Amino acid sequence: MAELLDALAVALKAGIGFQAVFFALLAIGLNIQFGYTGLLNFGQIAFALLGGYGIAISVSQWGLPFWVGVLIGLAAAVVLALLLGIPTLRLRADYLAIATIAAAEGLRLTFRSVSATPVTAGTRGLSGFSDPFVSLAPWDPAARFRILGTTWSGADLWVTLVGWVLVALACLLVWLLVRSPWGRVVKSIREDEDAVRALGKNVYVYKMQALVLGGVLGALGGMVYAVGTASATPDQYQNANTFLAYAALILGGAARVLGPVIGAMLLYFIIQFADTGLRTLIGNGVIPEDLLSATDVAQIRFVLIGLGLILLLIFRPQGIFGDRREVMLDAR
Amino acid sequence: MPAEPTPTGAHAASTATGAGAPPQRLAQAALRDVPWEVGVAKPEPAIVVDGVVRTFGGLTAVSVDHLEIQRGGITGLIGPNGAGKTTLFNLLTGFDQPDGGTWSFDGRPLGKLSPHQVARLGVVRTFQLTKALSRLTVLQNMLLGAQGQKGESFFRALVPGIWRSQEKANTDKAMELLRRFKLDAKKDDFAGTLSGGQRKLLEMARALMSDPKVVMLDEPMAGVNPALTQSLLGHVKDLREQGMTVVFVEHDMDVVRDISDWVVVMAAGKVIAEGPPESISQNRAVVDAYLGAHHDAPLTVEEEDRVLAEAEASIADDERTDDVGRPGRGEKKRTDR
Repeated sequence: MAELLDALAVALKAGIGFQAVFFALLAIGLNIQFGYTGLLNFGQIAFALLGGYGIAISVSQWGLPFWVGVLIGLAAAVVLALLLGIPTLRLRADYLAIATIAAAEGLRLTFRSVSATPVTAGTRGLSGFSDPFVSLAPWDPAARFRILGTTWSGADLWVTLVGWVLVALACLLVWLLVRSPWGRVVKSIREDEDAVRALGKNVYVYKMQALVLGGVLGALGGMVYAVGTASATPDQYQNANTFLAYAALILGGAARVLGPVIGAMLLYFIIQFADTGLRTLIGNGVIPEDLLSATDVAQIRFVLIGLGLILLLIFRPQGIFGDRREVMLDAR
Repeated sequence: MPAEPTPTGAHAASTATGAGAPPQRLAQAALRDVPWEVGVAKPEPAIVVDGVVRTFGGLTAVSVDHLEIQRGGITGLIGPNGAGKTTLFNLLTGFDQPDGGTWSFDGRPLGKLSPHQVARLGVVRTFQLTKALSRLTVLQNMLLGAQGQKGESFFRALVPGIWRSQEKANTDKAMELLRRFKLDAKKDDFAGTLSGGQRKLLEMARALMSDPKVVMLDEPMAGVNPALTQSLLGHVKDLREQGMTVVFVEHDMDVVRDISDWVVVMAAGKVIAEGPPESISQNRAVVDAYLGAHHDAPLTVEEEDRVLAEAEASIADDERTDDVGRPGRGEKKRTDR
């Protein structure tokens, strides 16, 4: 029993740790793009990669100050959004989906390729760029803190705290935007862009704004992740993360300001709890070794997540915060 | 009765209202002396189309040499399925670009403008398949129609103080329109929960939020129950009273005859006839277009007599040959068939 409580504590830590911040920021970006504007961005992780590497390359390779690295990362995300949006946003929604999924995979492979090694350090990745940020912590980064039965380093605590401040600011921004006439136009584009065009709105500009804003939030997520892990390797930015962020968004409720945040916390809590919990049960002998070995846990937890999502879509398709009436309108 | 012989139908109705000169009568009076010819010049055209051609592969969907649409009037656009009416609508509103030709609104060329630019000039349209924004409330649908909103710019949206008063004025205006269209009780419902007819009403009301100069309605009555049709008709007539130019596509000839000042008939991409509604049903080209060019003309009494006489003569002839010649011939012929 005590071991399960430990597993719960570890999962709680994961649910409020910087990984959850990472997913929350990705999902808030997707919420603007997909939840409100109806854009299918299947390569959100590419923006995170540019954010993370923006800092890593600027600081570790070029010796620039940390904050310049942040600006470079954000600028790179804006450029990527424009590059993806200019050719595809005049076309049907699926073209953006194809372009983004290709860009995400292409960027990751480019960053880990041999020819890019002088800049990106290839698969080994970059590290040592987060110190200027961690040293800003008002407490000792090397100190140990015990919170809710888990141990946090001072650096972890600082990155997580700043991360949640970013999430709060992002939520405030989304909240301000979606209750304004801008938000109304964007939601209308999600419903029917031709109707919006016929009423004199430049749909292309709105879609571009949503794509850039969502991408910038994705880049911030990538920065939190890179600083939190104190390293940047290309394979941290697998495109599966994009779909986990979508899962978080749908779990929490799309087109709701807090949906992606709660979704990300819950998703990361469940992933971690499934992992530690299963390992504990196997270690105890509650689950026999021949049925499930400890090495299978890493895979089986995603199977459980998948099952959970299927059940969610059957019994609560609107997610935690969503409005069921709104979702059911599509079924007509 | 008066010395001036008054025509029947719409004309009679309009002259009966007296000389108060609301805009509808201006348009109709202006069009009274216009000859019933294709491509005829109107006294005061709002929209002028010149040589617009649109082909899809080998198919010429629209090929209009010259067409003028009278300002302040209701122009009905009719024609069989596939005549190019909706394609012409799409071209005029920027939703499609033609292969060639020019068209203008109030003397301003509209070529190469995108849909939102055309809409900002004051030409708004509705769609054949109603485009209610389902997951927005009825009131939000309406507010979307308002033009020049400060809060629709990304950065100004973040400061509510900039757009709040404008939003309030727009809301008042929207509620006023919703009351007129009897949708005010539904203002907080999702547009997706409205019935088909209510969606048509909402789409029209939403278009009016932009204070348009020209309203283009693509089959406003399609799929609407007869009771609601009457109210929709009333609203379309109201638009004319307020000085707007209305162009609409419709299949129901009763509706067309009831409300239009001028009717343009298209078939196979071309304008084949135009004139006041009462001229259209007698137009040879129109009847050909709807029924096919090789239809049977109705028989006159003389023709009928002649045909009857011929038939009797041939029967008598047959009987005579049957009697004289081979008797089984007529029967054999029948079995062959």
